[in-house]
Amino acid sequence: MSSGAIARPLIKPEWALPSRGRVGMFTLIAAEAAIFTIFVVAYIFYIDKSLSGPMPKDVLELPIFNTVCLLSSSVTIHLAVRALRNAKVGAFGLWWFVTIALGAIFLVGTAREWQRLIFEKGLTISTNLFGTTYYSLVGLHAFHVTAGLIFLAIGMIFTFLGKVKPEHSERAEIFSLYWHFVDAVWVIVFTVVYVVGR
Amino acid sequence: MASETIALNLVDRGTRPIGDRLHDWVVTVDHKKLGILYILYALLFLVIGGIEATIIRIQLVVPHNHFVSPQVFNRMFTMHGTTMIFFVFMPMLFGFGTYLIPLMIGARDMAFPRLNAFSFWMTAFGGLLLYFSFIGGNGLYGAGNAPDVGWFAYAPLTSRAFSPGHSTDFWTLGLLVSGFGSIGTAVNFIATILCMRCPGMTLGKMPLLAWLNLVMAGMVILAVSPLTAAQIMLSIDRYLGAHFFDSQAGGSAVLWMHFFWIFGHPEVYILVIPAFAFVSEIIPVFSRKPIFGYPVMVAATVCIGFVSFSVWAHHMFTVGMTSYANSFFTITTMVVGVPTGIKIFNWIGTMWGGKIQFRAPMLFCVGFLFQFLTAGLTGIMLSASPFNWQLSNSYFVVAHFHYVLVGAILFTIFGAFYYWFPKMTGRMYNETFAKWHFWLFLIGFHLTFDFMHIPGMLGMPRRIYTYEPGRGWEIWNLIVTIGVIFQIAGVLVFVFNLLRSLVKGETAGSDPWDAWTLEWSTSSPPPEYNFAKIPVVKSRRPLWDIKHPEDPDWKYE
Repeated sequence: MSSGAIARPLIKPEWALPSRGRVGMFTLIAAEAAIFTIFVVAYIFYIDKSLSGPMPKDVLELPIFNTVCLLSSSVTIHLAVRALRNAKVGAFGLWWFVTIALGAIFLVGTAREWQRLIFEKGLTISTNLFGTTYYSLVGLHAFHVTAGLIFLAIGMIFTFLGKVKPEHSERAEIFSLYWHFVDAVWVIVFTVVYVVGR
Repeated sequence: MASETIALNLVDRGTRPIGDRLHDWVVTVDHKKLGILYILYALLFLVIGGIEATIIRIQLVVPHNHFVSPQVFNRMFTMHGTTMIFFVFMPMLFGFGTYLIPLMIGARDMAFPRLNAFSFWMTAFGGLLLYFSFIGGNGLYGAGNAPDVGWFAYAPLTSRAFSPGHSTDFWTLGLLVSGFGSIGTAVNFIATILCMRCPGMTLGKMPLLAWLNLVMAGMVILAVSPLTAAQIMLSIDRYLGAHFFDSQAGGSAVLWMHFFWIFGHPEVYILVIPAFAFVSEIIPVFSRKPIFGYPVMVAATVCIGFVSFSVWAHHMFTVGMTSYANSFFTITTMVVGVPTGIKIFNWIGTMWGGKIQFRAPMLFCVGFLFQFLTAGLTGIMLSASPFNWQLSNSYFVVAHFHYVLVGAILFTIFGAFYYWFPKMTGRMYNETFAKWHFWLFLIGFHLTFDFMHIPGMLGMPRRIYTYEPGRGWEIWNLIVTIGVIFQIAGVLVFVFNLLRSLVKGETAGSDPWDAWTLEWSTSSPPPEYNFAKIPVVKSRRPLWDIKHPEDPDWKYE
């Protein structure tokens, strides 16, 4: 928008406005945060309100490995963005791939946890209030991880095709904001579900 | 965005076959076309929602009426409420915002044009989904079955046991889908207003319409998302057998109320703040004075935005909350009256001593001032929890919120139609018809909604499909329904005026009102690129500065 139209003297020569991508992503994150807030509130509200078992303390195990994987993916995506900003496309592709791998490991871990809960412990979304709130909240988060992985994969395909250039670093960075948000939400979900709720 | 490449777009317009031109409207990402699509879509649903309201009023005109069955009556008030809130007011106000914001801040389009188109079509498909319930509500067999759970759909009415078939699912999905559209539009509004302003337009120099829509968009982000979350939970309950709102399994029906009204009350302000925005643009121009107290107006709006998130449970006084909760929500609700009152004084202060021109847009705004004040006063009455225990869910409440939605918001929307019609179409509307519209609608409005307060105080509950004679309600219900006839007449004049002026109206020129904001500096209707040269502004009234170089505003701001 900084076309040659700025002619009048009293205006400062630089008319800098915030990046619309960043503002848009932060606004989207605010909306997502509001959605998660409602789910977290419902989870906390229904702690210990289930009329029948299984209860969280009987069946939940701390997903430490999963958590470490997801949180470290925040570091790797940051390294990827920094590499791209410094025009190191190869390093970008490597770190981007590691991010995808870590996110995928997290999803597989969640799937295994759910399989154990459903088939061994007999906990489904309709078993009791714990099942209802647990699968909804963790599922909503896993859905966001999945969406993030799809976008990451698209970025990976572009990298393989050689379309990713250093000038795209801002886009990668804006996407990384989303990924950091998904990780931050996991910290809250982890605290609420596996620490407070257990 | 270089200005020299732009003139090429002018070739070939209007000479292409009609199919191509319609195709343009479907694939468009231009904020002006999308804004008009939003507005037309909302107008269509305004007529549908109006027909539903008319059916309700015909049923209630005399006791023991058999115009429609109780089941149909339940569907009518549910569809009327849902349609008017989600598919008339929201798209109407988004439409004006989409059309006007880039023009007023000197931009060539929204920040994300494709997201803009996506949001519109999501909203449009949401409305189609809701209305498809008439055909598909019972599944594949039998007659249709629209949602009948009321527009706030309290649990356990929405559970599988009490809402068999798919009618409630269509309601949920329609709102969920249009909610994604609303969030997309809000993201776009915020990004556009923060990132696309023309050089010189600092936040303090933005037109109030942009400021108020910025606040509104922020509220959409924080208020519509909880509704989205609650609708997801309701869907999980209905499809997967979960227990969020299932009191049989320990779930809580009151939790749904909280979640719904955390959305539902800010929603009222989401709708009324753009209405304030129209008034804040129209009153100064027809009073020939700049807006009085610009910074206070902005501060009051932001204040309303904050406080409106702490008032939701005043919809739930009769549910049985603690006395602390009752006191808290009574006080916060009364507090909202303060910034709102400040705004009313500012608009009156703008008119004070001005050379007032009572053209149609101004008439509607003056009507708004009086009616919004009255609506606010009954709102203060209802905010006192003991008074609310008596009148909650009575026709007094219905009269109160229709005073806000019709008396304040719909009046300003009509005002905005007349004010920006010349800009959007390039033609002038007919002033005589517009005045007929105003007076007919004003009389109809007051007949309907003034007298609706009285049966409420006499104990008539909302949502009853008929009533016994001899309770003193008959005459009031008769007057209320008679008012509908005047309102319909007014709307017919309005639609006729729009269509007639579109074909036969005088050419308006770029600035028929001698106004001061940037949208009047470009031609009517504006070219696709809005401004051949991106404007540079130095004050809140850039066109005043151009028209009065000897006495520009920026010397004083």
